[in-house]
Amino acid sequence: MNASAPIKHTQAESDLLERFDRAKDGLAGSVAVKALRDAALGQIRDRGLPHRRVEEYKYSDLRAYMKSAAPLAGAADEAEATSLIETQDGFGDIDRYRIVVANGSFLAGLSDVEALASEGVTLTSVAEALAGETGTQLVASPKSGLTDGVVALNTAFLQGGVVITVKSGVEVSKPVELVQVATAKGAQAVRNRVELGEGAKLRLLETFAGDTGEGELNTVFDYDIADKAALAATRLIVGKTDAAQLFTTIATLGAEAELKSLGFIAGPQFTRNQQFINFTGENSEAKIYGVTMAGGKSLADQTLIVDHVVPNCNSREFFKTVLDGEAKGVYQGRINVAQHAQKTDGEMMTQALLLSEDAEMANKPELEIFADDVLCAHGATSGQIDEDLLFYLRARGIPEDEAKTLLVLAFLSEAIEEYGEDDVTEGLEARVRDWLADH
Amino acid sequence: MPAVQETIDKVKAIDVDQYKYGFVTDIESDRGAKGLSEETVRFLSAKKNEPEWMTEWRLDALRRFQQMEEPTWARVSYPKIDLDDLYYWASPKSVEGPKSLDEVDPELLATYEKLGIPLQEQEILAGVEPKNRVAVDAVFDSVSVVTTFKEELKKAGVIFCSISEALREYPDLVKKYLGSVVPVTDNYYATLNSAVFSDGSFVYIPEGVRCPMELSTYFRINEQNTGQFERTLIIAEKGAYVSYLEGCTAPQRDENQLHAAVVELVALDDAEIKYSTVQNWFPGDKDGKGGIYNFVTKRGDCRGKNSKISWTQVETGSAITWKYPSCILRGENSRGEFYSIAVSNGYQQVDSGTKMIHLGKNSSSRIISKGISAGKSQNTYRGLVSAHRKASHARNFTQCDSLLIGQDCGAHTVPYIESKNASAQFEHEATTSKISDDQMFYCLQRGLSEEEAVALIVNGFVKDVIQQLPMEFAVEAQKLISISLEGSVG
Repeated sequence: MNASAPIKHTQAESDLLERFDRAKDGLAGSVAVKALRDAALGQIRDRGLPHRRVEEYKYSDLRAYMKSAAPLAGAADEAEATSLIETQDGFGDIDRYRIVVANGSFLAGLSDVEALASEGVTLTSVAEALAGETGTQLVASPKSGLTDGVVALNTAFLQGGVVITVKSGVEVSKPVELVQVATAKGAQAVRNRVELGEGAKLRLLETFAGDTGEGELNTVFDYDIADKAALAATRLIVGKTDAAQLFTTIATLGAEAELKSLGFIAGPQFTRNQQFINFTGENSEAKIYGVTMAGGKSLADQTLIVDHVVPNCNSREFFKTVLDGEAKGVYQGRINVAQHAQKTDGEMMTQALLLSEDAEMANKPELEIFADDVLCAHGATSGQIDEDLLFYLRARGIPEDEAKTLLVLAFLSEAIEEYGEDDVTEGLEARVRDWLADH
Repeated sequence: MPAVQETIDKVKAIDVDQYKYGFVTDIESDRGAKGLSEETVRFLSAKKNEPEWMTEWRLDALRRFQQMEEPTWARVSYPKIDLDDLYYWASPKSVEGPKSLDEVDPELLATYEKLGIPLQEQEILAGVEPKNRVAVDAVFDSVSVVTTFKEELKKAGVIFCSISEALREYPDLVKKYLGSVVPVTDNYYATLNSAVFSDGSFVYIPEGVRCPMELSTYFRINEQNTGQFERTLIIAEKGAYVSYLEGCTAPQRDENQLHAAVVELVALDDAEIKYSTVQNWFPGDKDGKGGIYNFVTKRGDCRGKNSKISWTQVETGSAITWKYPSCILRGENSRGEFYSIAVSNGYQQVDSGTKMIHLGKNSSSRIISKGISAGKSQNTYRGLVSAHRKASHARNFTQCDSLLIGQDCGAHTVPYIESKNASAQFEHEATTSKISDDQMFYCLQRGLSEEEAVALIVNGFVKDVIQQLPMEFAVEAQKLISISLEGSVG
């Protein structure tokens, strides 16, 4: 393909270019940050939104999905944000700290700043940091060579977010919930950074409340996990919305570090949850789980690239997908093992359950291996509910619908239980039931 | 393992290129002008006395080819091929249609003997051991030189001849099926092949006939600077059965030679085609110089109910392999199978796999792929399994395992699994690992040398596939794998 040939912009792309012209003077950042924004927009201008001809977006054509691009959301209304936060209960009633990012900006007033500070956790506004010396570090992709279109879109329009810094050796006593809120319609581009000092431990809950209207929600999480630190991050992407839900995780793990994460998708019309995991120190472990439910004509995409560039690291990926209606599920996973990353142990599993005739699943579990002393495996299955199991339950007097619910719940719970964050298990299973009641 | 001097010497002595087919046969040959153009195509078509529609068909393909760009998605890298620097027509001079083996250039026969294809011997053996007979079609450079057992096959109603002959004798059959599985513009190399294919085999098995013997084709590229573009077309009518073997070799040369073949299989109701390949093109020398670029499009169409197509391949040669034998499972209850061993050593690059496209109800498929990569080679499995909306109760099982020998090689797995039907049941599993130290230790302890141990373990690793090969090939394949891997440990 000829990269230099000008492309014909879609309505959404024209809207984005126009949006940038209008918004650029108001967007935070030093001169250097502005240059990075311009470069990122240049990528969208030259290549357009990611589309099916881009291998990574083969099954999730964002360019075709986005018919238009709404303007960025304006400043948040605190009272509105408060009431939205109180009505959302994605994770159920558990004891937690709260951090609020509304309409793309960190709201210190609604966040537990002091309580967290007393535990050794500091919160900084990304919008403020962008103007300072560390601004470019926040924006420049921590993963070199990453030319992802969704991340570029995030960089160009980045409004703000929060930097959560956990001091070395601190084990935060309660889970920390990061709620993103939309008090007004409009697109949001948020970047949150989680920095765990050596030996620090944090349980992070990520959720969203409100309605962005037709504006896309584009959030990038940047996890920086130092040596011996551990992060468990649960991401909830629920709710009925036509706005594209674009989530990116870029995680960097030091030595003997641990990352555990679960991405839960149920409801939106178009979701892309992509994760880039990089091992930079030895003897670390990443366990990545995914639970996806999609119905109607929606599309849910879980994409994952794990880079083993150092020896002796383990990664486990376990993804479950349930599809109904004419929904399309996508799983793309790739384990890269560099030449000197000996003794890598990688295991990837993706399983899909199709509840209706017209649902479709695309699985693409890849292994890319340049080292010889490794153990890598992947498995992929797709099929419908086992008639024998259904018969067994019905023979015991359980009505068909209920039996199906039980089986689907059991299927998805395998991943939730293996994830093993007991705090959230109940909340997540309730979300599964909600979704099943709707379908 | 500590590398003692003895081991190092031994490995050096063995060398990577144990290519015993690396000889050049000095036969006067007839070559067309270099370069790809309408003239070349017309010249080629005229040389072969092809009907007018065929010439047009080729020219149409050429025009479309000129609009296409070379694909870059495969995990292989090579300098751009200058298609205008190739001869598209090279044939041994004496090939004015030999009536029997006696008329064939003795030097050519000697070549085949070196290759281990005992054409004459087979003829003698015919009466003695009827079960093991193999009919051979030998393609030397671009021309099918001799087809054995023609008469006897004719009695059974089986047509087995070169495709140029088929174009003259059975134009309607060729016209009906040629390009019906792999369309002219299917992909870059298939289109090129459509424009300039020189020869190949044609097999037609009539309704209800079980082909009385194995059919076999040997391809050899001999001439310098030639591209070999052969085209194979196999049609199994209702209830027919055929087992077809294909072998390939080429001389050792510094420059890279291009091989871009197209194979089309058509299986109608209740028919079965078994297609086995042992590909042993010259893989390049130990520095990665020379070797064949093998860009092949192979596809089978299970058109009828209960039809079955099975691909078995042993890939040890070629500098670059780009090959995805596929099955289109159109018929109800049709079945596709793919068994593959891909061994890469030295600087070889393999990007191979299969596509199972389920269109019909109850269609099933099975993929067993074993990749072994050693030396500085890269070995990629790339496959697609898809079930379309109407393919209810489609079933697939895929297993692709990779074995890594040495630190400088790579093994990659890129499967695409697309299910558009809820009742389709797909299972896929893949593993990548090296030969375990435990297994090695066990073998060494019992007195095997390191190389013998590796050969033994590898043979165990590929057993599932070897079992699928016809007897004649199984032994050869096993030896080939051992030879290919020589020098890879130590």
